[in-house]
Amino acid sequence: MARPIQEINAGSMADIAFLLLIFFLVTTTMDVDSGITRKLPPIQEKQKNDEKIKERNVYVVSINYHNQVAVEGELMPVYKICDGVKEFIKNPNNDPNLSEKKEKDIPLLGKMMVSKGVVSLQNDNGTSYSKYIEVQNELVRAFNELRDEFAMKQWGKKYKDLTKEQQDAVKKIYPMTISEAEPRNVGGK
Amino acid sequence: MARFKRKGKGGMPAISTASLPDIVFMLLFFFMVSTTMREVDLKIKVRLPEATEIKKLEKKSLVSYIYVGAPIKAYQAKLGTEPRLQLNDEISAVSDVVNYISAEREKMDEADIPFMTTSIKADMDVKMGIITDIKQELRKAQALKINYSTRKKM
Repeated sequence: MARPIQEINAGSMADIAFLLLIFFLVTTTMDVDSGITRKLPPIQEKQKNDEKIKERNVYVVSINYHNQVAVEGELMPVYKICDGVKEFIKNPNNDPNLSEKKEKDIPLLGKMMVSKGVVSLQNDNGTSYSKYIEVQNELVRAFNELRDEFAMKQWGKKYKDLTKEQQDAVKKIYPMTISEAEPRNVGGK
Repeated sequence: MARFKRKGKGGMPAISTASLPDIVFMLLFFFMVSTTMREVDLKIKVRLPEATEIKKLEKKSLVSYIYVGAPIKAYQAKLGTEPRLQLNDEISAVSDVVNYISAEREKMDEADIPFMTTSIKADMDVKMGIITDIKQELRKAQALKINYSTRKKM
Protein backbone atom coordinates (compact mmCIF):
# COMPACT_ATOMS: atom_id res chain seq x y z
CA MET A 1 0.00 0.00 0.00
CA ALA A 2 2.92 2.30 -0.47
CA ARG A 3 1.53 5.61 -1.61
CA PRO A 4 3.76 8.15 -3.17
CA ILE A 5 4.47 10.91 -0.66
CA GLN A 6 2.45 13.96 -1.50
CA GLU A 7 4.43 17.07 -2.13
CA ILE A 8 3.76 19.84 0.41
CA ASN A 9 2.44 22.92 -1.24
CA ALA A 10 5.03 25.62 -0.66
CA GLY A 11 3.05 28.31 -2.40
CA SER A 12 2.07 30.02 0.84
CA MET A 13 5.61 30.02 2.17
CA ALA A 14 6.23 33.37 0.52
CA ASP A 15 3.19 34.84 2.23
CA ILE A 16 4.32 33.60 5.61
CA ALA A 17 7.77 35.01 5.07
CA PHE A 18 6.35 38.33 3.93
CA LEU A 19 4.24 38.47 7.05
CA LEU A 20 7.29 37.96 9.22
CA LEU A 21 9.24 40.49 7.22
CA ILE A 22 6.58 43.13 7.63
CA PHE A 23 6.36 42.41 11.34
CA PHE A 24 10.07 43.05 11.73
CA LEU A 25 9.98 46.14 9.56
CA VAL A 26 7.34 47.65 11.78
CA THR A 27 8.69 46.71 15.18
CA THR A 28 12.35 47.49 14.69
CA THR A 29 14.38 50.59 14.14
CA MET A 30 17.36 50.92 11.92
CA ASP A 31 19.15 53.91 13.38
CA VAL A 32 22.30 53.52 15.38
CA ASP A 33 22.35 55.83 18.32
CA SER A 34 24.98 58.46 18.06
CA GLY A 35 25.57 61.88 19.44
CA ILE A 36 27.85 64.31 21.16
CA THR A 37 29.14 62.88 24.40
CA ARG A 38 29.63 65.22 27.31
CA LYS A 39 30.45 64.94 30.95
CA LEU A 40 28.54 67.02 33.43
CA PRO A 41 30.40 68.51 36.39
CA PRO A 42 29.54 66.96 39.74
CA ILE A 43 27.53 69.26 41.94
CA GLN A 44 29.78 69.71 44.97
CA GLU A 45 33.11 70.41 43.32
CA LYS A 46 31.80 73.18 41.19
CA GLN A 47 32.73 76.12 43.36
CA LYS A 48 36.23 74.94 44.17
CA ASN A 49 37.06 74.58 40.49
CA ASP A 50 35.81 77.98 39.53
CA GLU A 51 38.11 79.78 41.90
CA LYS A 52 41.18 78.08 40.59
CA ILE A 53 40.73 78.96 36.95
CA LYS A 54 42.12 82.32 35.90
CA GLU A 55 40.22 84.67 33.67
CA ARG A 56 42.63 84.33 30.77
CA ASN A 57 42.23 80.57 30.76
CA VAL A 58 38.51 80.65 30.19
CA TYR A 59 37.11 80.98 26.71
CA VAL A 60 33.54 82.03 27.23
CA VAL A 61 31.09 81.17 24.49
CA SER A 62 27.58 82.32 25.15
CA ILE A 63 24.37 82.00 23.20
CA ASN A 64 21.51 84.38 23.94
CA TYR A 65 17.81 83.90 23.46
CA HIS A 66 17.98 85.31 19.95
CA ASN A 67 20.36 82.47 19.15
CA GLN A 68 23.22 84.89 18.69
CA VAL A 69 26.64 83.59 19.61
CA ALA A 70 29.15 85.69 21.47
CA VAL A 71 32.71 84.90 22.37
CA GLU A 72 34.13 86.79 25.34
CA GLY A 73 31.30 89.24 25.00
CA GLU A 74 31.64 89.91 21.28
CA LEU A 75 29.30 88.58 18.63
CA MET A 76 30.83 85.95 16.41
CA PRO A 77 29.43 83.84 13.59
CA VAL A 78 29.26 80.14 14.38
CA TYR A 79 31.74 79.05 11.73
CA LYS A 80 34.49 81.16 13.29
CA ILE A 81 34.23 79.54 16.71
CA CYS A 82 36.20 76.47 15.72
CA ASP A 83 39.25 78.50 14.67
CA GLY A 84 38.86 80.75 17.68
CA VAL A 85 39.00 77.81 20.06
CA LYS A 86 41.98 76.30 18.28
CA GLU A 87 43.86 79.58 18.46
CA PHE A 88 42.96 79.94 22.12
CA ILE A 89 44.14 76.46 23.08
CA LYS A 90 47.27 76.39 20.93
CA ASN A 91 48.33 79.96 21.66
CA PRO A 92 51.32 79.73 19.31
CA ASN A 93 52.78 83.13 20.16
CA ASN A 94 52.17 82.92 23.91
CA ASP A 95 49.75 85.82 23.78
CA PRO A 96 48.95 86.91 27.36
CA ASN A 97 45.26 87.12 26.49
CA LEU A 98 45.02 83.50 25.40
CA SER A 99 45.38 80.36 27.48
CA GLU A 100 48.34 79.62 29.70
CA LYS A 101 50.44 76.54 29.19
CA LYS A 102 51.98 74.21 31.68
CA GLU A 103 54.65 71.58 31.26
CA LYS A 104 53.32 68.08 31.80
CA ASP A 105 54.73 64.60 31.61
CA ILE A 106 53.02 62.72 28.83
CA PRO A 107 53.57 58.99 28.37
CA LEU A 108 55.29 58.18 25.03
CA LEU A 109 56.19 61.80 24.38
CA GLY A 110 57.92 63.07 27.49
CA LYS A 111 57.57 66.65 28.60
CA MET A 112 55.05 68.65 26.62
CA MET A 113 53.41 72.02 26.97
CA VAL A 114 49.74 71.53 27.75
CA SER A 115 47.22 74.32 27.64
CA LYS A 116 45.29 75.12 30.79
CA GLY A 117 42.49 76.64 28.76
CA VAL A 118 38.87 75.79 29.40
CA VAL A 119 36.01 76.48 27.06
CA SER A 120 32.90 77.49 28.87
CA LEU A 121 29.60 77.30 27.07
CA GLN A 122 26.80 79.40 28.46
CA ASN A 123 23.27 79.55 27.26
CA ASP A 124 20.03 81.26 27.98
CA ASN A 125 16.78 79.53 28.82
CA GLY A 126 15.39 80.76 25.53
CA THR A 127 18.24 79.46 23.38
CA SER A 128 17.07 76.87 20.91
CA TYR A 129 18.41 73.37 21.27
CA SER A 130 19.48 73.11 17.65
CA LYS A 131 21.68 76.20 17.98
CA TYR A 132 23.16 74.85 21.17
CA ILE A 133 24.03 71.56 19.48
CA GLU A 134 25.47 73.44 16.52
CA VAL A 135 27.83 75.34 18.80
CA GLN A 136 28.67 72.23 20.83
CA ASN A 137 29.51 70.54 17.59
CA GLU A 138 31.87 73.35 16.60
CA LEU A 139 33.63 73.14 19.96
CA VAL A 140 34.12 69.40 19.69
CA ARG A 141 35.29 69.86 16.12
CA ALA A 142 37.96 72.32 17.28
CA PHE A 143 39.38 69.79 19.71
CA ASN A 144 39.18 66.96 17.22
CA GLU A 145 41.04 69.06 14.67
CA LEU A 146 43.70 69.94 17.19
CA ARG A 147 44.18 66.27 17.95
CA ASP A 148 44.25 65.36 14.28
CA GLU A 149 46.81 68.05 13.53
CA PHE A 150 49.03 66.90 16.35
CA ALA A 151 48.75 63.25 15.35
CA MET A 152 49.60 64.21 11.76
CA LYS A 153 52.68 66.13 12.87
CA GLN A 154 53.90 63.47 15.26
CA TRP A 155 53.10 60.22 13.53
CA GLY A 156 51.83 61.20 10.10
CA LYS A 157 48.47 59.59 10.79
CA LYS A 158 45.00 60.72 11.66
CA TYR A 159 43.99 60.58 15.30
CA LYS A 160 41.56 57.72 14.81
CA ASP A 161 44.25 55.58 13.11
CA LEU A 162 46.63 55.80 16.06
CA THR A 163 47.18 53.01 18.55
CA LYS A 164 45.40 53.13 21.89
CA GLU A 165 48.51 54.39 23.74
CA GLN A 166 49.14 57.11 21.19
CA GLN A 167 45.52 58.20 21.35
CA ASP A 168 45.69 58.43 25.12
CA ALA A 169 48.83 60.55 24.88
CA VAL A 170 47.18 62.94 22.43
CA LYS A 171 44.15 63.10 24.66
CA LYS A 172 46.38 64.21 27.51
CA ILE A 173 47.90 66.98 25.41
CA TYR A 174 44.56 68.24 24.16
CA PRO A 175 42.02 67.28 26.79
CA MET A 176 38.46 68.06 25.83
CA THR A 177 37.93 70.84 28.34
CA ILE A 178 34.47 72.04 27.52
CA SER A 179 32.57 72.99 30.62
CA GLU A 180 28.84 73.05 30.88
CA ALA A 181 28.27 76.18 32.88
CA GLU A 182 25.69 76.62 35.57
CA PRO A 183 22.45 77.89 34.15
CA ARG A 184 22.56 81.63 33.81
CA ASN A 185 20.68 84.18 31.88
CA VAL A 186 22.65 85.52 28.98
CA GLY A 187 21.57 88.70 27.28
CA GLY A 188 18.15 89.43 28.64
CA LYS A 189 15.40 87.63 30.44
CA MET B 1 -6.92 32.86 -36.66
CA ALA B 2 -8.58 31.62 -33.50
CA ARG B 3 -5.87 29.09 -33.01
CA PHE B 4 -3.26 31.72 -33.37
CA LYS B 5 -4.91 33.87 -30.68
CA ARG B 6 -5.15 31.02 -28.24
CA LYS B 7 -1.54 30.23 -28.67
CA GLY B 8 -0.63 33.84 -27.90
CA LYS B 9 -2.64 33.82 -24.71
CA GLY B 10 -1.62 30.58 -23.15
CA GLY B 11 1.84 30.32 -24.58
CA MET B 12 3.67 32.40 -22.03
CA PRO B 13 5.12 30.13 -19.35
CA ALA B 14 4.31 31.03 -15.75
CA ILE B 15 7.21 32.56 -13.84
CA SER B 16 8.38 30.17 -11.21
CA THR B 17 7.79 31.57 -7.76
CA ALA B 18 9.53 28.74 -6.01
CA SER B 19 12.49 30.93 -5.08
CA LEU B 20 10.33 33.77 -3.80
CA PRO B 21 10.29 32.47 -0.20
CA ASP B 22 14.07 32.29 -0.26
CA ILE B 23 14.35 35.88 -1.41
CA VAL B 24 11.92 37.06 1.22
CA PHE B 25 13.67 35.08 3.93
CA MET B 26 16.93 36.65 2.90
CA LEU B 27 15.37 40.10 3.31
CA LEU B 28 13.89 39.04 6.61
CA PHE B 29 17.24 37.94 7.99
CA PHE B 30 18.85 41.12 6.79
CA PHE B 31 16.34 43.19 8.70
CA MET B 32 16.52 40.98 11.77
CA VAL B 33 20.25 41.38 11.97
CA SER B 34 20.58 45.05 11.09
CA THR B 35 17.81 46.47 13.23
CA THR B 36 16.93 46.64 16.87
CA MET B 37 13.60 46.34 18.56
CA ARG B 38 11.73 49.54 19.16
CA GLU B 39 11.56 49.96 22.88
CA VAL B 40 9.26 52.83 23.54
CA ASP B 41 6.19 54.28 22.02
CA LEU B 42 6.87 57.95 21.57
CA LYS B 43 4.10 60.29 22.59
CA ILE B 44 6.14 63.29 21.56
CA LYS B 45 7.71 64.38 18.34
CA VAL B 46 11.47 64.20 18.27
CA ARG B 47 13.40 65.47 15.29
CA LEU B 48 17.03 65.20 16.19
CA PRO B 49 19.41 68.03 15.32
CA GLU B 50 22.35 67.38 13.05
CA ALA B 51 26.02 67.31 13.93
CA THR B 52 29.26 66.09 12.41
CA GLU B 53 31.47 65.27 15.40
CA ILE B 54 29.48 62.39 16.74
CA LYS B 55 30.32 59.23 18.57
CA LYS B 56 28.38 56.02 18.44
CA LEU B 57 26.88 54.73 21.62
CA GLU B 58 28.48 51.36 22.06
CA LYS B 59 26.42 49.31 24.46
CA LYS B 60 22.70 49.78 24.30
CA SER B 61 22.16 48.16 27.68
CA LEU B 62 24.15 50.91 29.39
CA VAL B 63 22.12 53.72 27.93
CA SER B 64 19.01 55.28 29.38
CA TYR B 65 16.99 57.61 27.25
CA ILE B 66 15.28 60.88 27.96
CA TYR B 67 13.03 62.15 25.22
CA VAL B 68 12.09 65.80 25.00
CA GLY B 69 9.72 67.37 22.54
CA ALA B 70 6.27 68.70 21.84
CA PRO B 71 3.46 66.11 22.10
CA ILE B 72 2.23 64.61 18.85
CA LYS B 73 -1.21 65.54 17.47
CA ALA B 74 -3.07 62.67 19.10
CA TYR B 75 -1.99 63.72 22.57
CA GLN B 76 -2.13 67.47 22.16
CA ALA B 77 -5.61 67.71 23.60
CA LYS B 78 -4.44 66.05 26.78
CA LEU B 79 -0.90 67.32 27.09
CA GLY B 80 -0.89 70.65 25.32
CA THR B 81 1.70 71.79 22.83
CA GLU B 82 4.51 72.78 25.17
CA PRO B 83 7.59 70.55 25.07
CA ARG B 84 7.33 67.67 27.49
CA LEU B 85 9.60 64.97 28.71
CA GLN B 86 9.14 61.28 28.19
CA LEU B 87 10.81 58.61 30.26
CA ASN B 88 10.12 55.08 29.03
CA ASP B 89 6.47 55.13 28.04
CA GLU B 90 5.27 57.91 30.25
CA ILE B 91 5.15 61.64 29.98
CA SER B 92 6.88 62.85 33.11
CA ALA B 93 7.87 65.94 34.97
CA VAL B 94 11.47 67.07 35.18
CA SER B 95 11.55 66.12 38.85
CA ASP B 96 10.94 62.45 37.93
CA VAL B 97 14.35 62.21 36.30
CA VAL B 98 16.15 61.39 39.55
CA ASN B 99 13.82 58.46 40.27
CA TYR B 100 14.06 57.25 36.71
CA ILE B 101 17.86 57.24 36.79
CA SER B 102 18.00 55.35 40.06
CA ALA B 103 15.51 52.82 38.73
CA GLU B 104 17.62 52.37 35.60
CA ARG B 105 20.69 52.00 37.75
CA GLU B 106 19.12 49.25 39.79
CA LYS B 107 18.47 47.24 36.65
CA MET B 108 22.14 47.22 35.75
CA ASP B 109 25.06 45.12 36.81
CA GLU B 110 27.07 46.72 39.52
CA ALA B 111 30.18 46.63 37.38
CA ASP B 112 28.43 48.53 34.60
CA ILE B 113 27.18 51.42 36.69
CA PRO B 114 30.18 53.70 36.14
CA PHE B 115 29.73 53.38 32.39
CA MET B 116 26.10 54.32 32.45
CA THR B 117 25.22 56.96 29.90
CA THR B 118 22.12 59.06 29.62
CA SER B 119 21.12 59.93 26.11
CA ILE B 120 19.08 63.09 25.70
CA LYS B 121 16.96 62.86 22.62
CA ALA B 122 15.52 66.29 22.22
CA ASP B 123 13.67 67.91 19.39
CA MET B 124 15.43 70.64 17.41
CA ASP B 125 12.89 73.28 18.36
CA VAL B 126 13.04 72.72 22.09
CA LYS B 127 14.33 75.62 24.13
CA MET B 128 17.37 75.19 26.33
CA GLY B 129 15.43 75.95 29.51
CA ILE B 130 14.02 72.43 29.82
CA ILE B 131 17.33 70.88 28.78
CA THR B 132 19.17 72.85 31.45
CA ASP B 133 16.64 71.70 34.04
CA ILE B 134 17.18 68.09 32.99
CA LYS B 135 20.94 68.52 33.19
CA GLN B 136 20.63 69.87 36.71
CA GLU B 137 18.50 66.86 37.69
CA LEU B 138 21.03 64.49 36.16
CA ARG B 139 23.77 66.11 38.16
CA LYS B 140 21.70 65.61 41.29
CA ALA B 141 21.25 61.96 40.32
CA GLN B 142 25.00 61.62 39.76
CA ALA B 143 24.44 60.54 36.18
CA LEU B 144 27.19 62.65 34.70
CA LYS B 145 27.87 60.94 31.41
CA ILE B 146 25.44 62.32 28.92
CA ASN B 147 25.00 62.19 25.22
CA TYR B 148 23.15 64.71 23.10
CA SER B 149 21.61 62.48 20.51
CA THR B 150 22.07 63.81 16.99
CA ARG B 151 21.86 62.67 13.44
CA LYS B 152 24.91 62.53 11.24
CA LYS B 153 25.16 65.51 8.97
CA MET B 154 25.94 64.46 5.45
